[in-house]
Amino acid sequence: MSDLAQRALDTTSHLGAGYADVRVVRRQDQSINVKSGRVEGVSLGETEGFGVRVLVDGAWGFASSGRMDGPEVDRVAALAVRIARASAMHARHPIVLSDRPPAVGRYQTPVEEDPFEVPVDGTVDMLLEAERAMAAVNGTTTTAAGYRAFREWKDFFATDGSHTEQVITHVGASLEVNAAGDDDVQRRSFPESGGYRAAGYEHVRDLDLPARAPGLAAEAVELLSAPVLPPGRRTIVLHPSQLYLQIHESCGHPTELDRVFGTEAAYAGTSFLTTDKLDAGFAYGSDQVTLVADATTPGGLGTFGWDDEGVVAQKVPLVQDGIFSGYLSSRETAPRIGRSSGGAVRADGWNRLPLIRMTNINLEPRAGMSLEDIIADTDDGLLLESNRSWSIDDRRLNFQFGVEVAREIRNGQLGQLYRDATYTGITPQFWDSCDAVADERSWQLVGVTNCGKGQPGQGMHVGHGSSGARFRDVEVGVGNA
Amino acid sequence: MSEPVRPDTVAIAVRVVDMALGAGASQAEAVVIDGRSALTRFANNEIHQNVAEDDTVVSLRFVDGKRIGVASANRGDDDSLRRLARTAGETASLQPEQEWFESLPVPGPTPPAEGAWAASTAEADPDLRAEAAAAVIGAAEGVGAQAFGLVETRSETISVVNSLGIRVSEARSRGQVLTVMMGPGGGTGYAEQVAVDVSAIDASAIGHEAAERTAAMRDPIDLAAGDYAVVLDSYAAMDVALWLGLVGFGAQDVQEHQSFYARGKVVASPLVNLADDGTDPEGAPASFDYEGVAKQRVPLLERGVCREIVHDTKTAAREGRRSTGHALPAPNPWGPYPLNLSMAAGETPRAEVVGGLERGLLVTRFHYTNVVHPKQVKITGMTKDGLFLVEGGQVRAPVRNLRFTQSYLEALAAVEAVSIERRSVDGDGYLGTIVVPTLRIGSFSFTGTTGH
Repeated sequence: MSDLAQRALDTTSHLGAGYADVRVVRRQDQSINVKSGRVEGVSLGETEGFGVRVLVDGAWGFASSGRMDGPEVDRVAALAVRIARASAMHARHPIVLSDRPPAVGRYQTPVEEDPFEVPVDGTVDMLLEAERAMAAVNGTTTTAAGYRAFREWKDFFATDGSHTEQVITHVGASLEVNAAGDDDVQRRSFPESGGYRAAGYEHVRDLDLPARAPGLAAEAVELLSAPVLPPGRRTIVLHPSQLYLQIHESCGHPTELDRVFGTEAAYAGTSFLTTDKLDAGFAYGSDQVTLVADATTPGGLGTFGWDDEGVVAQKVPLVQDGIFSGYLSSRETAPRIGRSSGGAVRADGWNRLPLIRMTNINLEPRAGMSLEDIIADTDDGLLLESNRSWSIDDRRLNFQFGVEVAREIRNGQLGQLYRDATYTGITPQFWDSCDAVADERSWQLVGVTNCGKGQPGQGMHVGHGSSGARFRDVEVGVGNA
Repeated sequence: MSEPVRPDTVAIAVRVVDMALGAGASQAEAVVIDGRSALTRFANNEIHQNVAEDDTVVSLRFVDGKRIGVASANRGDDDSLRRLARTAGETASLQPEQEWFESLPVPGPTPPAEGAWAASTAEADPDLRAEAAAAVIGAAEGVGAQAFGLVETRSETISVVNSLGIRVSEARSRGQVLTVMMGPGGGTGYAEQVAVDVSAIDASAIGHEAAERTAAMRDPIDLAAGDYAVVLDSYAAMDVALWLGLVGFGAQDVQEHQSFYARGKVVASPLVNLADDGTDPEGAPASFDYEGVAKQRVPLLERGVCREIVHDTKTAAREGRRSTGHALPAPNPWGPYPLNLSMAAGETPRAEVVGGLERGLLVTRFHYTNVVHPKQVKITGMTKDGLFLVEGGQVRAPVRNLRFTQSYLEALAAVEAVSIERRSVDGDGYLGTIVVPTLRIGSFSFTGTTGH
């Protein structure tokens, strides 16, 4: 492998590249899906290949192939240089990379029980047991359970002598149950977003899906006859099962520095967090709000040893006590704001160009109240749980989320259940209305595997830690009049 | 006439199916996709990303009685194929029997899809893409704007072989030019074209369309949220067809009670006709699905009335009928989808569709839409890159973007005019290429405002 990678680097240097890196990536992806008493599919996918990224005359070129032999390495390396030269003809600002020491070493996700060594039939039986427990609840119409194990072996080489080896393992398992009426269908799911963690099969055992199944199904049925959440302005308490996506959409994406510079404008959009707001005391939210990008969070899907430019994993402050303080950045973008790369460049496999991506974007817990304490401290409000839908504008300002479950809070007690609950707002005003963040006792880590960005499209595994938070005077029940 | 990019994809599929049968499979199916793609991105009037990819993916469905295992890999040599057959067989052997399974599909007539592939797209090089990007950038500079966007070319051969005699192969290609522009005074604009033959795309025309819209969007006014009559330009109308396809017309959604669909149910204006049509030359022609079953033209809505839904082999078997040729790659927990949506042209010139709007909004496109209520197809999202107040049939002023929360079924029920002109638009990365006209709709609910 090292020989082929070195051959690619030598070819690019010979053809005039000022810098080049090579990623050799192999992936395994196992999935099991059961639905309504049936095994819908069991699959094991493998893919391997290499990608060559070159900097020629101040412009990037990237080429990749799934065929790993000497002649193909030569062809792909030369193609990357040719592409870079075509780019350079229409590039006006030569790219300058921030310095970093050569990256050398090895990292692997801590795993107690290798998910790829666990027999498939045991997992199928566990999923069917959980799924049967949901189906046994009167009123459910479809029930489903899923499992996925993902492993990536990634070797990184660069012309500066860098060579890292990483083995990343992610697993997830989850339940979904639906109850349908003539004009309505209500869903409950657990855990949120597929239940992923950077871990081994021990995480799946800890989830204990069969134990959660009956209660989940009962809630779906109960939702079908619950009243629709009336429109209005309310105090809301976001459970971590919804707060994670609020963080993802309204903090994670707008702090991507490539978006700020416009390079995602044709697809994902830009950002309201323009560079004039950095180091200028811009109030992103209330003083309760501290957000970080932490690529070292144990168990996070955005945890690694080095990013795909060979920058070491680190914890970067994004918002400190409500004040905007940093970006997710790369070696290319960080020098433009006078900083070094924050190590947030990641690629979706061997055939994609590395881009700035989220790592683990976490809302830091605040000492004082647990989530239960916050609910008890709320006279009149709503507890919103489990994301159902999401939408946000291209600058990441105007958002609207839907949740599976809303429960009324009266005098500190949970009460009436509502369906079709939505809420909407404008990002800085919304975070400014945050008057309480729960402490570490309710802190949860959620893994997201479908974060989309880039053209051609790249999915990314990212993480979000939060403990729950309260927001005042929020518009809810949009479109429910 | 379609021609394969490389000749060996059928041979790879045949070999791995034979290996599976030799390893004890009662039935087997292989899908081999061999593709080359390249994409040039530009931003701030310069190229900033430029990539190419070359790969062959082999997927094997191994059937052992009523046990099914699926494995895939991106290697086509015999050792790798043998390993693939072994992996798929082991995966199948560890499962309980799947009672729903009856059989892989059997062969049937599969007429070729004319115009599915173009040599110009397959042969496009980085210079061609750079020149197309330069044409768009030039148009932006003409109005003092910044251009952002892409030029993409893709060519692939897909072959499906199964042990019951299906043996089909087809080359397909696609080119796309897309741009978002940002101009002085907060103006933004958009234009896009998708075609099998990249040489049929006029990048300069795309650039000038977006530039004109960008200039017209300078200094937008604020407008309060509320209900407005609208004209949805083709890019916005695409989103309506997309969501109907995603949550309404797939047989699995219907069978699981997740869809609004009922045969004969009136859900739209009589002016609305929607089909899935793999033969539409304005779309992305394709003659078979990922099970190798011939794609039928499926009428979904006729004069606003629900007609048919799309099936794969599994959902069709539940109803005792044949697949309509709409399977996704196995394993597929989502069921069949309409990947060739085509909304029929109306009888009104686009200018008159807009001209007939007494007071309302002309919407260029929607952004980041998502489903709030699947059975009502209630969708929320933002307007983007061109929102205009129309009074007396004339565009009066650009408008800052609005959020909407609207049932697309109720919107289709309120369609007042459908344009003669149609566009081929990317299905947002989900449903291939969608062919759509411009629609005038009596009422559409906007629920939020922005400062831009």
